[in-house]
Amino acid sequence: MKIHEADAKELLVAQGLPVPPWTVAQTPAEARRAAEGYFADGADRVVVKAQVLVGGRGKAGGVKLAGTPTEAEAVASAILGMDIRGMTVRKVLVGPAADIVKEYYLSAVLDRSERRILVMGSAEGGVEIEQVAAEHPEAIVTLHADPLLGLLDHQARAIAFALRLGQHWKTGAGIAKGLVRTMLAYDADLVEINPLAVIQERGDDGQPAERLVCLDAKVTLDDSALPRHPDLERYRDLDEEDPTDRQAREAGISFIKLDGTIGCMVNGAGLAMTTMDLVKRAGGEPANFLDIGGGARHERVAAAMRLILDDPKVNAILVNIFGGITRGDEVAHGLIEARAQQTREVPMVVRIVGTNAEEAGRLLREARFETATSLDEAAEKAVAASRGADA
Amino acid sequence: MSILIGAQTRLVVQGVTGREGEFHSRAMLEYGTPLVAGVTPGKGGQTALDGRVPVFDTVDEAVRETGANTSCIFVPAAGAPDAVMEAVSAGIETIFCITEGIPALDMIPVVETVRAAGARLIGPNCPGATSPGTAKVGIIPGSVHREGRVGVVSRSGTLTYEAVQAMTDAGIGQSTCVGIGGDPIIGTTFLDVLQLFAADPDTAAIVLIGEIGGSAEEQAAAWAAENLKGTPMAAFIAGRTAPEGKRMGHAGAIISGGAGTATSKVEALEAAGFRVAGSPTELPALLREAGFGG
Repeated sequence: MKIHEADAKELLVAQGLPVPPWTVAQTPAEARRAAEGYFADGADRVVVKAQVLVGGRGKAGGVKLAGTPTEAEAVASAILGMDIRGMTVRKVLVGPAADIVKEYYLSAVLDRSERRILVMGSAEGGVEIEQVAAEHPEAIVTLHADPLLGLLDHQARAIAFALRLGQHWKTGAGIAKGLVRTMLAYDADLVEINPLAVIQERGDDGQPAERLVCLDAKVTLDDSALPRHPDLERYRDLDEEDPTDRQAREAGISFIKLDGTIGCMVNGAGLAMTTMDLVKRAGGEPANFLDIGGGARHERVAAAMRLILDDPKVNAILVNIFGGITRGDEVAHGLIEARAQQTREVPMVVRIVGTNAEEAGRLLREARFETATSLDEAAEKAVAASRGADA
Repeated sequence: MSILIGAQTRLVVQGVTGREGEFHSRAMLEYGTPLVAGVTPGKGGQTALDGRVPVFDTVDEAVRETGANTSCIFVPAAGAPDAVMEAVSAGIETIFCITEGIPALDMIPVVETVRAAGARLIGPNCPGATSPGTAKVGIIPGSVHREGRVGVVSRSGTLTYEAVQAMTDAGIGQSTCVGIGGDPIIGTTFLDVLQLFAADPDTAAIVLIGEIGGSAEEQAAAWAAENLKGTPMAAFIAGRTAPEGKRMGHAGAIISGGAGTATSKVEALEAAGFRVAGSPTELPALLREAGFGG
């Protein structure tokens, strides 16, 4: 699950990491009030940042500076409601604009091939890290946290020194440890600070002072671990979740909408992708990826059918089930139940093999479903049905 | 012979009295798997599966009483990492973890502990393995198999059944089929299984079934290019048409930033001498084309 920058910063602060102050505003008036507070505290300018769950918001015009509360209100008004790569901005983050001396990159991420947590840093922050990795791989330092003990003190120091943080090395080492701690505390698969920055502030004595802080934050959470972090559910942005996606999630179905015309219902992610590939190979376009999961009962099959039919572009449906844990007859019952309820007629090709496939075949034949034996045959029949519906 | 499981296997099922555990244990017994013990804490002294399998409170007891050397775990996600640790500490050599939905970070210390103990973990979130005619551990339907000499390794569940069924239908049998699991952190990789097949005198050809995402297929291909010259090899990669940046159900199957694409995997496999199929049903023909006669 992706979470917003402001929520990610909340998690960092809870783990003791240095993050400059911010306020979340949902209206221009709220943004103005927040800005007034920061100007009263001595800020020269404030920054207003769109809170959306997609990257590239700076380039899209979703991050702006303001020199007065009135300007902050106007900027917030422009950003709120803005569409950034298909996402409508409903919240902005307002904070004092940082006087940046130098920017760095620091992240902790799950490294699948090494089966450890990878900490990655670069002295070239504030830019696309993928670009740095491609053009100057030597500018990136990487290190794996100990699999049993987490990021050790000497490892954290090694990263801080490699980043050439100078007088800020101790803070930097602390932040590196904090990123791994954040990952472990909330079961995140990514905690990314870009930029990590040395900023200039007015110190307690009124003199300029430098400080190393997390200026931006990106955290993604492991969906498998959410059941044991019920408090993190509050970060789920239901406004940014497509209603169809929510329906699917609540029914326990993996569903991704695509652009084609052939709705697919399959058990297992690998087989679902294969089914899509074969539809495409037979000359059709899949309308979705849909995995009903292992051991699906008839209710879940019916829910999956509703999801598919909700897409008006769908003009043919391909059901491909290889029964293992999933019982073929259970799926057949679900299909018959779903068809009785459905509001529009769409040709359907059903292939059920494996556990209880014979019983499934009998049920489907009695209910006059079109069936197929092999996967390739099923894909071809579905493509033909889609073309027929189109003509 | 075969790999991972075979005539020497003495299996203990952890979570034998649960719904899934019992259903699949029954299928394993019916297949002829030497299932010698079950473990469910608090049910020690009872029997499972119509009195055919003794149940113990701990894996340690099961090992001492029955000589179990292989474990299959059906324990729910919250307890599964600990179930692996229990199996390791009881001296189990080969551990299959079928459980899905285990938080990825939980598996990092577990995988490390398994490695340090010299044991082997397959999974989690895997369908298990079958050495046709000898033993099946996990949830792969026994009916898809046929005895033979092709080693099959896959990241998927049902897609594996599909591919193996296609081979069986074409008269091509298998030495062992292994599902390594689709989670981000798994105990045994494609590369590990290829190494086991390479050392198995009864495996004469190899089928690899991969998916988009990650770089495990590429790593396996690089090793195969050097070490499996002359072995007939075929592969299938699912997700050629999957859009970038979308999570396709498995935590494993996500493409990002151009890495882990179907194209990169297909190219790596072809360069290593694999014949890559456009559909799982083409695998038998490709194996024969590659010179496999069995």
